Amino acid sequence: MTSRLQQTKGGFNFDNHVRNTMMEGKGMGIPKATKTGTTIVGLIYKDGLVLGADTRATAGPIVADKNCEKIHYLAPNMYCCGAGTAADTEMTTALISSQLELHRLSTGRQARVVTAMTMLKQMLFKYQGQIGAALILGGVDINGPHLYTIYPHGSTDKLPYVTMGSGSLAAMSVFESRFKPDLTREEGISLVQEAIEAGIFNDLGSGSNVDIVVINSEKVEVLRNYAKPNERGVKEASYKFQRGTTEVLKTSIRDLVDIKETVNIHTSEAMDIS
Amino acid sequence: MSGLKPGEVNLGTSIMAVEFAHGVIIGADSRTTTGSYIANRVTDKLTEVHDTIYCCRSGSAADTQAVADIVHYYLQMYSVQNGKPTVPLAASLFQELCYQNKDGLSAGIIVGGWDKENGGSVWNVPLGGSLHRQPFAIGGSGSTYIYGYCDATYRDGMNQEECIEFVKNSLALAMSRDGSSGGVIRMAVITEKGVERIFVPGDKLPVHWQG
Repeated sequence: MTSRLQQTKGGFNFDNHVRNTMMEGKGMGIPKATKTGTTIVGLIYKDGLVLGADTRATAGPIVADKNCEKIHYLAPNMYCCGAGTAADTEMTTALISSQLELHRLSTGRQARVVTAMTMLKQMLFKYQGQIGAALILGGVDINGPHLYTIYPHGSTDKLPYVTMGSGSLAAMSVFESRFKPDLTREEGISLVQEAIEAGIFNDLGSGSNVDIVVINSEKVEVLRNYAKPNERGVKEASYKFQRGTTEVLKTSIRDLVDIKETVNIHTSEAMDIS
Repeated sequence: MSGLKPGEVNLGTSIMAVEFAHGVIIGADSRTTTGSYIANRVTDKLTEVHDTIYCCRSGSAADTQAVADIVHYYLQMYSVQNGKPTVPLAASLFQELCYQNKDGLSAGIIVGGWDKENGGSVWNVPLGGSLHRQPFAIGGSGSTYIYGYCDATYRDGMNQEECIEFVKNSLALAMSRDGSSGGVIRMAVITEKGVERIFVPGDKLPVHWQG
């Protein structure tokens, strides 16, 4: 392995490859990337769309983050919910967000949602599913509101209401029973909240709070922690031990002892290198 | 040829295209699945690649969308320089992509459309990337159940109404026997005049023997 001192800036580093083959050889298995067992949803309402997500990030059976953000910014008129490998959804949306901003600057026009969708699907298809990003893309452009699901292998669907992640079945059952076209803003938000809460309560991979983003042609509202259905309650009783629970058998008080120390520093002679 | 990768979205499908006097009629079910979950129950598997040239997609959703997007782009560029493309041209573009990349793709595509030179024509590009012109073509996992029905029912020179009934009945039979197919029937009538889309809801499908 290269030491810290030798390590150069940039280029590839294969340290982890050596470590991983060693671990694999010893039968430990290579480390797994953090996956966000997730509930993410989106729906189109009368004059825009609502996106929703839970806030639990998991690493195997451990809750890695109790209040993470899964609704990523893509452009002023577009947001994207991410499920799957946390690092992949983060980096993929950040990369496409950057390309969309450059695209907007070069064309002088607001980017369209199909453009973002096409860029995302072409990137994910190129990596043949190796980038584990399952996305819900939502935005409003000159052609109105658009809602897409994008799978890790690069396929896309365009639908009026969508769910993804491990909690998608719980969330979809809410949508399938209660969605109707032309909901009001308030109805849309509360249906999304119910769908996310279905994931939070019934799916082990999802939990904690509800994040919501509302987009219409007039404005974008980021409602971070819109609902907190899992707040820690106040304990009914105190479980602290009272003072004096442990009986004092004896007490002894001692004076500090003063220790003096002398250090002699010898400067060594130069080494003979003749 | 490769199978579906884990987690890949599958168009376990019933698709169909038939030539008739004035053009072609294409049709498909609307189910897309990931394992045992229906990811989309109202999918549109009839994809436009030019004004009067369509394809029916079966196999991996990601692969067939990518291929159809590339052909769509090629035909747009072609039409700017040379005018309207023909259906066999579109079909051979599909074949080229499916054959050259046969190791990495799972895509079974039926191309159908109308052009000035050939009138209506149907071209089948199955899994290995070969190309066949056929008076009618069926494809997808559901098609295996209806080869007999189609061979027994198809007649040369059907009119538009007869053709629509043929496609509708064939797909309904395939959808009722194939678990990976279902939902609604989407059809398109492609003629010189343009494209007319037909939608048959899931509760209005033709009913056959139910047991």
